[in-house]
Amino acid sequence: MDSFIVISLIKVAVVFAALLTTLAYLQWVERKVLAHIQVRPGPYRVGPHGLLQPVADIVKLITKEDLAPPFANKALYLAAPFLAMTLALLSICVIPFGPIIQVGGVRTAMQLTDLNIGVLFVLAVSSMGVYGVALAGWSSNNKYALLGGLRSAAQMISYELPMSLAIASPLLVSNTLSLRELVEKQAGGVWNWNVFHGPFPQVFAFVIFLIAAFAETNRVPFDLPEAENELVAGFHVEYSSMKFASFFMSEYANMITVSCMATLLFLGGWIAPWPAEYGSRFAPSVIFGAAGLAALYNGLNPRRRRDRYSFPVVAAAAFLIAAVFLIPMTQEWLLPLFWFGAKTGSILFLFMWVRGTLPRFRYDQLMGFTWKWLFPAAMLNLLATGFLIAWLS
Amino acid sequence: MDVILFLVFAIIAVVCAINVVVQTHPISSAISLVGVMGSLAVLYLLLGAEFIAAAQVIVYAGAIMVLFVFVIMLLNAGAEVQKGRSPMARFLGLPALVMLLGLLAYFVQRLFPRSDMVHFGGFTGGSPKDIGMALFTTYLLPFEATSILILIAIVGAIVLARKELD
Repeated sequence: MDSFIVISLIKVAVVFAALLTTLAYLQWVERKVLAHIQVRPGPYRVGPHGLLQPVADIVKLITKEDLAPPFANKALYLAAPFLAMTLALLSICVIPFGPIIQVGGVRTAMQLTDLNIGVLFVLAVSSMGVYGVALAGWSSNNKYALLGGLRSAAQMISYELPMSLAIASPLLVSNTLSLRELVEKQAGGVWNWNVFHGPFPQVFAFVIFLIAAFAETNRVPFDLPEAENELVAGFHVEYSSMKFASFFMSEYANMITVSCMATLLFLGGWIAPWPAEYGSRFAPSVIFGAAGLAALYNGLNPRRRRDRYSFPVVAAAAFLIAAVFLIPMTQEWLLPLFWFGAKTGSILFLFMWVRGTLPRFRYDQLMGFTWKWLFPAAMLNLLATGFLIAWLS
Repeated sequence: MDVILFLVFAIIAVVCAINVVVQTHPISSAISLVGVMGSLAVLYLLLGAEFIAAAQVIVYAGAIMVLFVFVIMLLNAGAEVQKGRSPMARFLGLPALVMLLGLLAYFVQRLFPRSDMVHFGGFTGGSPKDIGMALFTTYLLPFEATSILILIAIVGAIVLARKELD
């Protein structure tokens, strides 16, 4: 019992430290990706390649003056960012990052807690998430914020239906609600993942889930709650300092949760794309080794003077990471983490890519799209999956 | 541990329920109702009905109450105005309430005298599989009747909305 508490506390500390760091740097990655899509360098001044920009941003946000509008509903105005942040961070405790591992004689799962209704837990928490945004919009006593909050409530309720139906069909294939079992049933390789596997490949469910996820996290092209050309800044227009930051961070935390869910439900979680006997164990080392070689080549043939020193340092770091992935002792927990991170990261990159390319929907298009197209499509997909599974079993 | 959690969340549920009635602003009442739903979900979880707990949060707290809040926000309903209470309500209100609660407690005690009927985690039919089996075998007719009822409600809503539009 005592060791259980100690292990849990350590895991909570590690997961939340990693999550918060990822949150801070995800924003840097997004700014860089957007910048390169728009052919400009992005953050470049604070630290090498703007790597210390998140730290500077956090210092700026903490030291800003914290204003509250005089006619706001004080209690709800203060509770809304707190609610948004808490609910956004809560889902991470049922997400499994890897299999059950052995570290120093202790067997533990790479997950905070394994609920047998993990999928329902994530759905429940995400369905509560709308309160943060809606209450922030209402309690600010501002017409733009109110419109943003209203739009967000309507949009999140509407897109929750196709999202739940899209989640239900891979659950039918896997026949479990536990996220850990869900991944274990997809073991074996890319052809066993729920996107491609089963009596009815869940490609449609995957696409519907992703579209609904964009709307649930209020991201472009569905960021109507904060459409700045119509609503100034939408629901968080009256918030400043850390209260604004907590809305910002909750949006990114929701993005991470949704990407993790897509990975777990459709892309086989921490399972490698092909079995270990065909050498998937060496894939990370090969990738990092190749990156190191490329950096070394550029360092030996420098185009700028400082490249002569900076590229060999990057190459050494890449070679070091490649070597760490070859140590058998760390492979057990590092490889699942690598594949999980790679898949989740790809989906996060998709989020940024879409933000850099697609324009915003009009409000009636947004509502018409989900009720007339997305919801019926999710329904048909669920029916087809259900009938095929019933027919084949 | 179970008893402590039960007491904490039972007290939260009761306080939130009283708050629903006491608050003058509709949004505050609605948020208190969300609190009641959430604490009820925890109580279901303590009894061992994890699916019902999750469904309680997803359906009531996450969907129905969001619609309530949405409508209150849309209509921009302000706080209620407190009117002077009648002398009858002022003097007899509290005694009548206490008497009603006492009578309820008495009848519950008489009807269900055994206190060993409910245990923490004692409910074993709470898994999604058991509930699915029960819904589609034993309770198939009520389940299907509910779906028709909901369909009628949807059609009724559309009819009412059409009348407004014309």
